[in-house]
Amino acid sequence: MAYLLLLPGGIWLLLFYVVPTISMLSVSLQEGSLEQGYRLTGNIGVYAEVLARNDTQIIRSILYGLITTVATLLIAYPLAYTIAFRGGRFKNALLFLIIMPFFVSFIIRTIQWKFVLADEGIVLGTLKEVGILGQGFHVLGENVAVLGGLIYNFLPFMALPLYVALEKMDKSLLDAADDLYSNRVVAFLRVTFPLSLPGVFAGSLLTFIPAVGDFINPEFLGSPETTMIGQVIQLEYLQNNDYPEAAALSFVLMAAILMGVFVYARLLGTEELTG
Amino acid sequence: MGTGREVDVRLAGVTKRFGDVVAVDDIALDILQGEFFSLLGPSGCGKTTTLRMIGGFEQPDEGAIELAGANVAGLPPHRRDVNTVFQSYALFPHLNVFDNVAYGLRRRRIAKDHIPGQVRRILELVDLPRFEARRITQLSGGQQQRVALARALVNQPRVLLLDEPLGALDLKLRKAMQLELKGLQHEVGITFIYVTHDQEEAMTMSDRIAVMREGRIEQVGPPEEVYERPATEFVASFLGASNLLDGTVGPPDGDFRTIELVSGEKVRVPAAAIEGTERSIKLGVRPEKIRIGTAGSASPADGDNAIEGTVRDATFVGVSNVYAVATRDGHEVTVYAQNLGTSTDRPPAPGETVTLTWHPEHTFVVSGREGGADGE
Ligand SMILES: Nc1ncnc2c1ncn2[C@@H]1O[C@H](COP(=O)(O)OP(=O)(O)O)[C@@H](O)[C@H]1O
Ligand SMILES: [Mg+2]
Repeated sequence: MAYLLLLPGGIWLLLFYVVPTISMLSVSLQEGSLEQGYRLTGNIGVYAEVLARNDTQIIRSILYGLITTVATLLIAYPLAYTIAFRGGRFKNALLFLIIMPFFVSFIIRTIQWKFVLADEGIVLGTLKEVGILGQGFHVLGENVAVLGGLIYNFLPFMALPLYVALEKMDKSLLDAADDLYSNRVVAFLRVTFPLSLPGVFAGSLLTFIPAVGDFINPEFLGSPETTMIGQVIQLEYLQNNDYPEAAALSFVLMAAILMGVFVYARLLGTEELTG
Repeated sequence: MGTGREVDVRLAGVTKRFGDVVAVDDIALDILQGEFFSLLGPSGCGKTTTLRMIGGFEQPDEGAIELAGANVAGLPPHRRDVNTVFQSYALFPHLNVFDNVAYGLRRRRIAKDHIPGQVRRILELVDLPRFEARRITQLSGGQQQRVALARALVNQPRVLLLDEPLGALDLKLRKAMQLELKGLQHEVGITFIYVTHDQEEAMTMSDRIAVMREGRIEQVGPPEEVYERPATEFVASFLGASNLLDGTVGPPDGDFRTIELVSGEKVRVPAAAIEGTERSIKLGVRPEKIRIGTAGSASPADGDNAIEGTVRDATFVGVSNVYAVATRDGHEVTVYAQNLGTSTDRPPAPGETVTLTWHPEHTFVVSGREGGADGE
């Protein structure tokens, strides 16, 4: 009876996750073209092909995802910590500031960044005029621009779970740690940080997974040298209409992410996360 | 109290303010080595703040705190030879019982191979053997309480601070734990400073009690003393029904002084209880010290105090009868009469006139300093 409550979610997942996944798997194993139609031939070779052809983009995407996750963690942790422990009556206002960017569409915000970072835009243009930066200096199209966009866009996804984990921590535990011969640093390492691990884990997943598959940031802020796997999938699907390749690439991406998540959960210790 | 015993904790003129609130107001205390010392008082009177200053979690605004003779001003908790059992236990939820108890030992870099033995021994002492691997969330409230105690005691601090450690337990468990704690303290010989708002708990466990009110200490002494000879009206009423009567000091009579009550009746109080030249005083007597008899039925024993009153209410509560008696000067006095069940002693009924008698020794005099100016 208790499992009856799982039914709506279960049906949802079945319709919109399991069915599309199976159909995508079948698409990936088809051959043909848009004009002549596709037929299921069980062409497993496509996986090796897409891997070989897009290895740079796959590795780059995973690297971008990792860097984004680590950078957002480093920025968001002190932020969430300060709000949770020192926020006082400004807690909600500060949280609101973190969420505020969500009120503007993801794409619009990223395009705004394009303007901000443009070679002759308000920031770089002004700095060049004043002479602080050389005329040849540019950011757009570089790794740093794409990473900057990713980090900026995914920061709230890291900050919120971290905040929740830190906020619900019983603050008297810090008194207890202090009582038991721990200075602030030791108390943080032995008590606060371990107790925030569920937040670190949730925030990392919420950041890493969409960041690896992102195609908006490299599209607007990047160049051919920063192409990510999401862009390739989009290109294959919408422009080249090579559905089998697009589907196979999606599977490769999914498998890579799942493996990463599994290793990560093992590293952090699943007991900590469910306890 | 044991003379010549070392003073473990000394508070001198300690004051702590939170904004406009004076949480602790010029407190002086000497707590002796090995003593079970309780801070007793109603909620908000500054007990926790006092304890937290001894622990180092708060710094006093004025005054000095000494631990074992050394001023500990500015020392954080982790550098004081004191451990705390927190009201909410504050056990580390990510660690199991063993790691919780071992936490302090590890931070102090106790040799690794000594730790398991010490942890096991202390867990046996608090009656939780073989609980090492349990998660904190799998423990009952009483068990968590014991783990908190073990986690503090295993460090063998000079002083153990306990902030209402039994407050979250149900009555039966609390009674059992009171005795256990007292026994434990005896066994380990560590000074305990125990915060509670439960007067019965303080009386059961303590060697000495400091009764606090609004940031100040009203009286310090062994349980019998604060109960039998409360120094102030507040202490008298906080430690039970106090039965206070107003009177005027009259002439001495041996070891006693005669007091004339408002009703004109005369009673005697120990001469030592009257300080200085006070004329008008408040005296009191505990309800179980009073005998009640129908007027004229029995003449009071020689030298006993006797006053008249009218029974307002009689309640049978099993082991005793509780009477509310209106005295002639308009006070209400509570009397506990043991339920002897002898048929010759007919219990007085409401409306009946009775005589209340008690030994003059059992009369106490409370300080008139406050004069009821700041009523509760
Ligand atoms: N951190 C604090 N900030 C402001 N006021 C406090 C703080 N701690 C205690 N107080 C105030 O100090 C007084 C004494 O509190 P406390 O020591 O907790 O009393 P008790 O433990 O006897 O109930 C109360 O009026 C309380 O509101
Ligand atoms: Mg308190």
